Amino acid sequence: MTTFLIRRLAFAWVTLFAVLTLVFVLVRIVPGDPAQLILGDQASREAIDALRQRLGLDLPLSKQYTVFLLGALRGDWGVSMVSGQPVIREVLRVLPWTIELTLVSLVIGILLGVPAGVYAAIHRNRFVDYAVRISSLLGLSFPPFVSAIILLLVFAIALPWFPVISARSGSVMAWYQSITLPAISLGLISAAYVTRVTRSAMLEVLSEDYVRTARAKGVPWNVVIWRHALRNALIPIITVVGLYLGILIGNSVLTEIVFSRPGLGKLLIGALNQRDYPMLQGMMVIYTLIVVLVNLLTDLAYGFVDPRVKLK
Amino acid sequence: MNAAGSSEGALRTAAPSPFAYFASATLKAFNTNKTSWIGLVVFLIVVVAAILAPVLAPFDPNDQNILEKLRAPTLEHWLGTDSFGRDTLSRLVFGARISLIIGVVSTLAAMVIGTAIGMLAGWHGGRLDTVTMQAMDVLLAFPSLILGLILVAMLGPSMVNIIIAIALTSIPPFARIARAPTIAVKEREFVDAGRALGYSDTRLLVVHILPNILPEILVMGSLWLANAIRTEASLAFVGLGVKPPTATWGGMIREGFENILDSYWLALVPGVAILFVIFALNLLGDGLRDAIDPKLKGET
Repeated sequence: MTTFLIRRLAFAWVTLFAVLTLVFVLVRIVPGDPAQLILGDQASREAIDALRQRLGLDLPLSKQYTVFLLGALRGDWGVSMVSGQPVIREVLRVLPWTIELTLVSLVIGILLGVPAGVYAAIHRNRFVDYAVRISSLLGLSFPPFVSAIILLLVFAIALPWFPVISARSGSVMAWYQSITLPAISLGLISAAYVTRVTRSAMLEVLSEDYVRTARAKGVPWNVVIWRHALRNALIPIITVVGLYLGILIGNSVLTEIVFSRPGLGKLLIGALNQRDYPMLQGMMVIYTLIVVLVNLLTDLAYGFVDPRVKLK
Repeated sequence: MNAAGSSEGALRTAAPSPFAYFASATLKAFNTNKTSWIGLVVFLIVVVAAILAPVLAPFDPNDQNILEKLRAPTLEHWLGTDSFGRDTLSRLVFGARISLIIGVVSTLAAMVIGTAIGMLAGWHGGRLDTVTMQAMDVLLAFPSLILGLILVAMLGPSMVNIIIAIALTSIPPFARIARAPTIAVKEREFVDAGRALGYSDTRLLVVHILPNILPEILVMGSLWLANAIRTEASLAFVGLGVKPPTATWGGMIREGFENILDSYWLALVPGVAILFVIFALNLLGDGLRDAIDPKLKGET
């Protein structure tokens, strides 16, 4: 287990450096001088030079790169051009909102998706299987903002059950009111992915010899499905859930905008519209950290679910 | 084909031309899963509507008429009008062009570049393979929508830049899917035979390996086309689409969303249109994937 852990940690570091380098390059391939872009055409030479100095753009590229890398790892992500606040403080302020939304959606996705996938796999090629397959295909066809708008139209505007603007305040009821629609909107799409991978993983496992053996020796069907088959189907399910978390975090940007919910999405769009470079760079660093962390957790989950992984 | 029992005819029946083989294989794949046909037909209808947009659209998509703004659907304006009094139906069919052009061009680009990367990595193996595929994995792990958003914001929201951004984010899956079969095919006898005959690597790859992995790549293409259309709409929804007044579906939803309280159909109509196209492409790709590789059934 220790070697496995060390190997995965090493790979996580490599990924982190690779993506941070990508971020560094991305921010610098912008055509034109960022300082000029921020200040506009009317700016004086002195003002532009002063800003270049403040942003560290006057340093040689190699120096900029080390400053950026060290800063990124120490949590020193610069100061927002718009608010004047440290980027990391602004990011950490809204991060809990996004994490809460993605986690609740993911839980909804798993709670709906795993049973639906198992059920469809057991009733392969029967009507319910087709229904599950078609509806999950429809579910993953939804652009996240379209599902959000439809939910908003039905449950906040036509039926005034939920507030149009989902920002919580205080009580459990207020929290429930603000998280429900955004989380269902993302959760249904997640459920579609989880259903499909669960179904195909279960189909594969159900044809294995040990499933037949278990049935032959008289293990109840329910136990065979949930204990023997599903446990072995978990690896591909975890892989897809881990990969899907990245997509989910991307999708949450759109959901947060539709429901006017605070979070990384609103911060990102604001930074994009204002061309707030330090903020954009910081946002990419936080997304990278999240992705690397999720990958690491996925790997650890493999080791947890499947003892064979630890030995490899 | 049946040239009255001539020896040439018999020969051709035994070994059909590559094209005839490809056509019959495609037909078989479609027939395995009838839903593929539904997907194909719906998608083709949208393509035809987009091509015939100038004929089908009852109005100029950019013609403003302030007196007729925010009208509910009527006989004259089947799908109502937006906040500038522009005809929603006309904007919808013209918007289909943008979605399809950006989707198809970016997916084709990603397909060609990704397949080339994957085939080269699989063919050469060793360190080149490890480094390339790890780079692809890193790119795959990063949320593609966010990468797309940032790329377009940095490069500026023009059609070409949007295509570049979407293409870049869709390269890794093609590289991955092209690599594995290349490794498998590379060990087969016919490749050894080709090498013994002195064929170049390029010839072996393009003429002898590519046709073997093409079906899988084309099927992936239809699924990623759906994804590209969705990404384009998402970009336009947050204001990073082709610049207004050009009609785009994502842009229409963005504008409609501002009037959602009194004219809900403005956001709903293009939203359903996008859903329709993506669903059709997913039906098409999913059914075909089933047919060419039963093991992949239902995987996402």
